Amino acid sequence: MKNIIQNINKAFDHRIRLGIMSVLMVNESADFSTLKELLGVTDGNLASHAKALESENYIVVEKQFIGKKPNTSYKATLDGRKAFQDHINALEKLLSKS
Amino acid sequence: MEDKNYLQDLKEIKDLMNKSTQFISLSGLSGVLAGIYALIGAVYVQTLLLENTESYIAFESMTFKKIIATAVIVLLASLFTAYVMTVNKAKKVGENMWNTSSKRLLVNFAIPLVTGGIFILLLLRHENYGLIAPATLLFYGLACVNASKYTLRDVRYLGISEIILGLLAVEFSGFGLYFWILGFGICHIVYGAMMHFKYDRK
Repeated sequence: MKNIIQNINKAFDHRIRLGIMSVLMVNESADFSTLKELLGVTDGNLASHAKALESENYIVVEKQFIGKKPNTSYKATLDGRKAFQDHINALEKLLSKS
Repeated sequence: MEDKNYLQDLKEIKDLMNKSTQFISLSGLSGVLAGIYALIGAVYVQTLLLENTESYIAFESMTFKKIIATAVIVLLASLFTAYVMTVNKAKKVGENMWNTSSKRLLVNFAIPLVTGGIFILLLLRHENYGLIAPATLLFYGLACVNASKYTLRDVRYLGISEIILGLLAVEFSGFGLYFWILGFGICHIVYGAMMHFKYDRK
């Protein structure tokens, strides 16, 4: 039981962070507005949760200009992918146990 | 209590993964209408062929031009209908029409389709008319299979049906019109209706 709890990752223990990772697992990258639309959250909310994932090195942020508009896009890192997969496996195990 | 939350988490993860990669607002009914346009076009072409007294249809003849014009009108009408109905459905479901997944869907649909279009123009140029009907079915089928990764699964089966019909049309050349009726008419109506009842009527 202890092992399973260990793998439940604190960093993903929030709806929005979980959402960001889910999208980035199946997409090569996603930009800020796409994520915002998919998750239905405000700018500030998304930015702060993205920052939290970034500081864990689970995602990387790329800022660039498309024409004159600044564009921020996110990518999951290898670490992030592994951590998220472990998290999901742990959730599934936990559910199948009960 | 805890478990229920985790279950909710998993469900949400799955939803987001699907939503972010697939464009689901494709309208089934527009497929049915496209099939009906194709059938009307085919009936018109058939009457043209019956009127035609000569044993074969020359490339420069009026009949040939009319056939090509019919095909183009059917194609444009189908695309227009699909566009309008998909915009409508997207609005209803609350999905943005121009998001990453719809763009990806279009690009992946267009690659085999444009390849096919150029291939057919080259066939025309080299007066290789026999392969035109099968080629339209084959490339359209491949386009559907390619695009299906980014939208509803049913498009994949539509694509596979078109490919099979395309291959049969090569083997039984000379019956191109009938394979067109099956492929663009009947298949669209059947799969369109299936998609309509499966997804739209909710």
